[in-house]
Amino acid sequence: MNETTESKSETVIEATHGLHFVPWREVYAYRDLLWLLVWRDIVSRYKQTVLGLLWFVVQPILTTIVFMAIFERVARIPTNGVPSSLFYMCGLLPWNYFAQTFQSTSNSLTSNAAMFGKVYFPRLVMPLSSVISNLLPLAIQLVTFFVIYTLEKFGPRSGSYNMGLSAALLPLIVVQVGILSLGTGLWIAALTAKFRDFGILSSFALQLWMYMTPVVYPLSRVPPRWYWLAASNPMTFPLEATKTMLLGAGSPTLALFSISVAITLAILVGGIFIFQHIEKTFVDVI
Amino acid sequence: MGRPIIEVRNLSKQYRLGAIGATSLREEFHRYWDRLRGKPSPDEKEFWALRDVSFDVQPGEAIGVIGRNGAGKSTLLKILSRITEPTSGRAVMRGRVASLLEVGTGFHPELTGRENIFLNGAILGMTKAEVRRKFDEIVAFAEVEKFIDTPVKHYSSGMYVRLAFAVAAHLEPEILIVDEVLSVGDIQFQKKSLGKMRHVAADEGRTVLFVSHNMAAVRQLCSSALLLKNGRLHLAASAAEAIESYVESSDQTGSSEGFQFRNKHPDLQLLKADVEKASIVYNDSLTVRTLWQVRRPMQFAIECVIRDHLMAPLAFHGTGVIAGYEFVFPAGIAEVVIHYPRLPLAQGHYSMDIIAARSGREFFVYAEGAVSFQVDLAIPMQAGYWFSQGNGSVYLPCEVSAEAPRTRVGLGRPTP
Repeated sequence: MNETTESKSETVIEATHGLHFVPWREVYAYRDLLWLLVWRDIVSRYKQTVLGLLWFVVQPILTTIVFMAIFERVARIPTNGVPSSLFYMCGLLPWNYFAQTFQSTSNSLTSNAAMFGKVYFPRLVMPLSSVISNLLPLAIQLVTFFVIYTLEKFGPRSGSYNMGLSAALLPLIVVQVGILSLGTGLWIAALTAKFRDFGILSSFALQLWMYMTPVVYPLSRVPPRWYWLAASNPMTFPLEATKTMLLGAGSPTLALFSISVAITLAILVGGIFIFQHIEKTFVDVI
Repeated sequence: MGRPIIEVRNLSKQYRLGAIGATSLREEFHRYWDRLRGKPSPDEKEFWALRDVSFDVQPGEAIGVIGRNGAGKSTLLKILSRITEPTSGRAVMRGRVASLLEVGTGFHPELTGRENIFLNGAILGMTKAEVRRKFDEIVAFAEVEKFIDTPVKHYSSGMYVRLAFAVAAHLEPEILIVDEVLSVGDIQFQKKSLGKMRHVAADEGRTVLFVSHNMAAVRQLCSSALLLKNGRLHLAASAAEAIESYVESSDQTGSSEGFQFRNKHPDLQLLKADVEKASIVYNDSLTVRTLWQVRRPMQFAIECVIRDHLMAPLAFHGTGVIAGYEFVFPAGIAEVVIHYPRLPLAQGHYSMDIIAARSGREFFVYAEGAVSFQVDLAIPMQAGYWFSQGNGSVYLPCEVSAEAPRTRVGLGRPTP
């Protein structure tokens, strides 16, 4: 007992063998740093650009316009009876949050290498801060969505779509997407630290991933024999759920939900393990 | 004596040379393929940066860590500050640790001084409340009151460094790990930071682990010191004793045997460095002949630093940054001759670092103490004054005038 009181701030440094999970207590001790990093992310982003936070409004709108031109006008992919602007914008909400968070977490080791080589803090704080700071663009994008929703709904051509009460559950979807992007980002961060190839691979894979996810098309249009592929994509459920909640135009099922959540958790746990493993000697291999 | 605050047991760290650095999958595949065919990979060499190092530090002690480049000092500090893991062995730190391996870590140029203080403080392990409590003190110490709400990208480099050090200096750890930070800033500020560190060690009773090449600073600040040699703990003794042993061990006058150098470039190696006459007198010339192996054509400058007996740098010359030229070497063995026409140095022992570098950008080779030499006789003055290192090692011509008559004096050699 005497031992425990004395060792309250005792740190033992030795080679770790095997697997180690999250140093929760340490991450908690550095919570102030976590918030400051979130804040630094946001502040530095708007200080460095002329449009500042306005970028978060402009970007999804431009993407939506491009999608409308290509997928609606040229490819003529139906949007489940919902105005295409709303359909694409709704799909981009979870997808953009996922993609941006994935990109910043997967860079968290290599782009902070210089800092990691000089001072210790739980490395996990870095990717965690990106998961949180990317919530701001998501929120701005959501507001943009509501504005356009209102304009479309009460404009001349109203449709049969409706935001349901289930929209209140949207935060849960955001949490799942956040966890998924953290998990995949940790995997790539660890692998990129070891092999630079993964840095290139990941941005390419992200593009392909978007087309495999029902962002620009409704899940109902996926041919039955390819359905299993769509279902095994953990991003499918969040997309469909978001469309249902905000537009009543998705088709999430319990099976989709279970698969998605199971894969998300598996990726997170694996990601944390491999990240923690690589992080220990990461500075030796920069 | 109670329980030691730092307990290090058989700490070792192994690096695999050649395998250092992130690789591409292609390289990894090649290596794997070579191994499959039983061909030993040519560039993979294991080397121990730290080997079986054990020591204890008592609370309140200030310990210097000395040794040449490559002796393992930085590796030791990196392990103790948890930046990297040891390969084997164990260290126990009983108290909050803060390390200042380099000041200004995590400063963001777009953020103001105020914002950076909070961010940097948090990175170094302070809570927001702690930073807030120390804020005024930090700002005053750094002397940046007027610019505290200006983005640090508009700061002069002096202000930047002062602010960074100020944050770090106001941490309240039980164990403070410091690496060479004293070489930053102007003289005034260096004095101030040295004072702050002494205050931290002596008056606040904190434990300090201090790595430096500046023997004078180590002697001033530390009660005892660890001398590392080739990754092993060579000597743990009082600071004075350790410094003496360190200086003596680099006392192989004139020879190029056993010098440590840091080769950072795979295609360039310093093979040999010899001083033509290892024992000179005041104002003699000095010629150093060096042989380099250049594996592929490359361009670089040759720089040299003369150090005194305490390893403090005295004189610097660089073909790139000083004289404005670099050499373009073809592949092969190259001889480089460094010639000082006159060295107005005091009697005593000196060493010279020889460096190959891209001017102002990076070091390819840093051979610390590549050669050393002795100045035996130094009587530069009219008065016959015996010029020794104690009063300063270099003689610079100087004119002194006064509205008063002059009279001649003569002095012999002062009795020591």
